[in-house]
Amino acid sequence: MSGSANVVAMKKVVQQLRLEAGINRVKLASTISQPQVSQAAADLQQFCLQNAQQDPLLTGMSSSNNPFRPQKVCSFL
Amino acid sequence: MCDQTFMAATFGPCDSCSKPSPLMNIYIKNEATNYCSLCVEMMACQGLQKGETLESLKRESETLKKKLEEERNKLNDVELHQVAEKVEVLSALSIKTRRVLKGHGNKVLCMDWCKDKRRMVSSSQDGKVIVWDAFTLNKEHGVPLPCTWVLACAYAPSGCAIACGGLDNKCSVIPLSLDKNENLAAKKKSVAMHTNYVSGCSFTNSDMQLLTSSGDGTCALWDVESGQLLQSFHGHTADVLSLDLAPSETGNTFVSGGCDMKANVWDMRSGQNIQSFESHESDINCVKYYPSGDAFASASDDATCRFYDLRADREVAVYQKDSIIFGASTCDFSLSGRLLFAGYNDYTINVWDVLKGTRATILFGHENRVSRVRVSPDGTALGSASWDSTLRVWA
Repeated sequence: MSGSANVVAMKKVVQQLRLEAGINRVKLASTISQPQVSQAAADLQQFCLQNAQQDPLLTGMSSSNNPFRPQKVCSFL
Repeated sequence: MCDQTFMAATFGPCDSCSKPSPLMNIYIKNEATNYCSLCVEMMACQGLQKGETLESLKRESETLKKKLEEERNKLNDVELHQVAEKVEVLSALSIKTRRVLKGHGNKVLCMDWCKDKRRMVSSSQDGKVIVWDAFTLNKEHGVPLPCTWVLACAYAPSGCAIACGGLDNKCSVIPLSLDKNENLAAKKKSVAMHTNYVSGCSFTNSDMQLLTSSGDGTCALWDVESGQLLQSFHGHTADVLSLDLAPSETGNTFVSGGCDMKANVWDMRSGQNIQSFESHESDINCVKYYPSGDAFASASDDATCRFYDLRADREVAVYQKDSIIFGASTCDFSLSGRLLFAGYNDYTINVWDVLKGTRATILFGHENRVSRVRVSPDGTALGSASWDSTLRVWA
């Protein structure tokens, strides 16, 4: 009983390892053409700075613009 | 432990023996092939007989992993916070609680914003899903579900439906109607069927497709109308706790994170695992894409949040402090990606400066674990859900 279960389990492990080895081989091949971390980091930084002005949580919004901030008392015209 | 019996995705003629049977989608030498389970077993057996033992395969796997690390380290010339040294330090943030939404009877487990920037949907341990208007604190819809622990909920892009799922192993879609008297629970439609709990769900760019992640170790893409399984994603070796779709309109990838400490990036059309990141030291509770789509962050039980760049294929930042010892259960970026909001099990939300790697501020207010944080679609507010049975809107 336990013998056949071991064989089945081992086959599953073999299959999993094959898949992992396949993924790792692809990654190894792609490291040759990878951009440096400094370039990737610079791109991330540039995206941040470009969009910083449009980020309300970052720049803060005045009470009149932000729909969630408590409004001043409304007066009837 | 997770149940991985959820395997057969298609039925048809096997690529090797041509007999029609349930097919397993596997990759041989990086090519997708469909073999019936008998052929898979025979192939795995044959591999062993040709002199390859389990140990030799394990050794091959280990040497490949080591070579990969060495190659990566050669490219790792500088860290993100070093590149960002010249960036201005953030000015003081004035984010405070602006709304407290009370109404759930028990822990709030998940929440999501509607694209109209004012409605939110939240789900709770008491089995209820509530749709709120965050401006007025009005409860627009309340749907009681037969199961407790509704772990995941999501708003459809059109705003006309919501999806929710949890311990019932299903993810259901409920169309929302303007008629207050209509019984929404009756119109609930089961779309996704997993063999274990549903931990996360998300609509793709349209109302027609739903992506789910489950405790059975798989993610799956479903057609909402027919309930048909369009694609399944296998590769995690433990429960998958979270998923997030890439932000681009044409994007066809998503990232998932789970209890196996791995974050995997998948191609939605082929079902293939494109990239995998393993640097966390405990379960990954939440993954979220950076707004540009080139990177993603993850929050984990090891009390850190980490930032991974997809093109550099490695971790580029770790957000941690010695004083933070409780796990992070959720994270989300602000609109520009400069801020990372992370909710922790010590009842706080830490706001990290993504570029510099420092903590900008802490948001206090919840009286129990923060289970979910989400920035509103236009970036004006942060919504948070907590085990103290309330939701808060911060702005």
